Amino acid sequence: MALIELDDVRRVYDLGEVKVHALRTVTRQIELGEYIALIGPSGSGKSTLMNTLGCLDRPTHGSYRLDGEEVVTMNRDQRAKIRNKQLGFVFQNFNLLNRTSALENVELPLMYGPRVSARERRDRAMEMLGKVGLADRYHHHPSQLSGGQQQRVAIARALVNRPSILMGDEPTGNLDSKTSREVIELFRELNELQDITVILVTHDQNVARNAKRTLVLRDGEIVEDTIDFRLAKAALEHDPALEE
Amino acid sequence: MSFFDTVRIAFRALLKNKMRAVLTIIGVVIGIAAVTTIVSIGQGASKLVSGEFEALGTNVILVFPGQTRRGGARQSGAPTLTTADADSIGTECPAVLAASPIVGTAGQIIYGNENWNPKQMQGVGQDYLTVRNWELEAGGFFSNSDIESNAKVCVIGQTLIPKLFRTVNPMDEMIRVNNVPFRVIGILGKKGANMVGDDQDDVVLMPHTTVRKRLNGSPLDNVGIIMVSARGTNQMGEAAKQIETLLYERHEIGPSEEPDFSVQDTTEIAATLGIITGTLTLMLSAIAGISLLVGGVGIMNIMLVSVTERTREIGIRMALGARGKDILRQFLIESVVLSCIGGAIGLLLGTGASMCANVLINIYKPGTDWPMIVSVPAAVVAMGFAAAVGVFFGYYPARRASKLDPIDALRYE
Repeated sequence: MALIELDDVRRVYDLGEVKVHALRTVTRQIELGEYIALIGPSGSGKSTLMNTLGCLDRPTHGSYRLDGEEVVTMNRDQRAKIRNKQLGFVFQNFNLLNRTSALENVELPLMYGPRVSARERRDRAMEMLGKVGLADRYHHHPSQLSGGQQQRVAIARALVNRPSILMGDEPTGNLDSKTSREVIELFRELNELQDITVILVTHDQNVARNAKRTLVLRDGEIVEDTIDFRLAKAALEHDPALEE
Repeated sequence: MSFFDTVRIAFRALLKNKMRAVLTIIGVVIGIAAVTTIVSIGQGASKLVSGEFEALGTNVILVFPGQTRRGGARQSGAPTLTTADADSIGTECPAVLAASPIVGTAGQIIYGNENWNPKQMQGVGQDYLTVRNWELEAGGFFSNSDIESNAKVCVIGQTLIPKLFRTVNPMDEMIRVNNVPFRVIGILGKKGANMVGDDQDDVVLMPHTTVRKRLNGSPLDNVGIIMVSARGTNQMGEAAKQIETLLYERHEIGPSEEPDFSVQDTTEIAATLGIITGTLTLMLSAIAGISLLVGGVGIMNIMLVSVTERTREIGIRMALGARGKDILRQFLIESVVLSCIGGAIGLLLGTGASMCANVLINIYKPGTDWPMIVSVPAAVVAMGFAAAVGVFFGYYPARRASKLDPIDALRYE
C-alpha cells in the first residue's frame, strides 16, 4: 500500500456561470520517503493538487487515500486532525504568527494535537529549533529574523509533530539564492536522513532538480511523471499551442 | 488545546491591541457600574424604609376620616372622626394600647425677636407619646384637665431650641403661636429624621382641643387622624378589626354600607413603599442594563473586526490542525475575557459610587442611615451578567471565524 493513493481525483470550482476544472483527472501513487516536485505553469492546477494532498481542500470527485484512510469523505474536524498529525506545511510567505516568538510558533501544532504538557511542548519545540539551527533565536519574533531564518522556523513548526509528509508551497519563493540553497539542503537532509516524504510545489528549477521525482502539470492533468529532471524540463517547456 | 492555554492566548491577543481593548472594555465597565450602583442604592432604600418603620413603631395604626379606598383610589370626604371616637378606641378596644387624635395646624412661632415656622404643629391627646413611643427629655406632658380646659401649653421638639431660644432654657418660657401665647411645659427627646428625610424634631405639640378652638377656630369636634398603637405586632390585625367594628357601631353604619373612615396599619404602608422602591430599582436597573447591552454590541463589533483582521492567523492555525471548535473557543474566550475584565472594573467602580452616594447623602442629610453596600450575591450576579454578555455577543464573531475555509483564510491579505 502506497502512502498516498489518488484515484481519478477531480476538482471543479463552480463559479455559477462557468465551471473551472482545476484538476481534470489525477491518478497517482506516492510512496513513503519519496521526494517529489510539482511543477507546471500558472493555472496548471499544481496548487489545487497541493491543497488536496494537504487535506486543506476536498476533491469534487474520485478517491484520495492517505495511509489507507479515505480523506474525501472526512469532515472538517477529521481533516484538521490529519493535518495536525500527518502533515507539515511550509509556505512561500512563511506564515508565522506575528509578534509571537519563534518558540511559540513552533509549539503551535502541539497545542492542537493530543494533550502535551507545557514543559514537554517547550522541550520538543526547542529540540526542533535546534535541528534547524535556530536554538539561540527561540525568543525572537518573526520580524527580528531574516527570511531564511523565518523559513527555518516554519520548517521546525511543520516537523514538530513528527509528520510523515512535509509539504512546501513555493518554499524558496521569497528567499535569495544563498538561503534558498540552505533550505533546499535542509529538505534533502530531512528526506534522506529521516525518511520524511517531501512534496514541493515550485517554480524554481534548482529546487525541482533536487527532488527525486518530478510531476509536471498542465491544464489540470499530469503530463509527465519522471525521475529524470531533463525530461520534466522538456515537458515543462513544451508548449502544445506551438505544435502543428 | 487546554483551557489555560486558550486564556493565555486570549490575553496575548488583547494585549497586542491595548487601546482597542481598553475602549471596548469601557462599554461594559459603564454598564456594570451603573447596574451595581443602582441596585445597591435600591437595596439600601428598601432597607431604609423597613428600618424607619421599625423605628416609628411597627405597631402604629392610622385611622383616616371619611375616606374610601375602593379600587385603590382614596377619596377624602367629610371630617367624620371625633375626639370621642379616639377616646373610645383607646378605652374599648382590648388590643389597643393607646390612641390619640391628631389635629394639624400651621403657622409661625415667635419668641422674643426670633421667629420660626416648624414643619409640624399638631394638636394631640394625652396618650400621644405612648402611641409614638416617644420619651420626654425635660418637663411634663399636658394632662387630661389641660385638654378639657383648652389650656395654652405646649411641648416642643429639639430642633426648636437652637432656632428660638439659643442659650435660654425653654422650660416655662412663653411663646406665641399665631399670636396666641403658649407656655412651654416640656421638651421632647431626639427622634431624628424620618425616611423621607424630614426632621421629626421640628415639631410643636399642643392639646388638640386648644388647637381646634383657639388656633383653627373650628366649632366642630372633628379630628384629622387618629393614631393608634396596638399592644404588639402580632395584635395589629386584631386591633384594626376591633377599631373597625367599634367605629361601624359608633357611626351607625350598616354592614353593607361603605364606611366613612379607613383603617390602615403601617406595615401595609411599609409593604407598599417596599413595592414602590423595588419597582423603581427594577426600572432604573433596566435602563442601566441598556448601557450594558450597548457595551455588548461594542464587544461584538470589535470581535468582528478582529476576526477579519486575523483571518490569516486563523488560516495558519487551521493548517496546523486547529479544529473549528478550537477557533470558536479562542475567540469566544477572548470576548469573555474582555467582558469579565470590564465587569470586574465596573463592579469596583459601582461599589465606589455607592460609597460616595452614602457619604453624599450623609453630608446632605446628616444621620441618615441609608446602607448602600454592594452585596456579595449582587456582585456575583453582576460578574455572571458580564460573562454572559461576553458569550452572547462573542458567539457570532467566533462562529464566523470557526467557519472560515482554511485555503481562503490562508490566502487572505
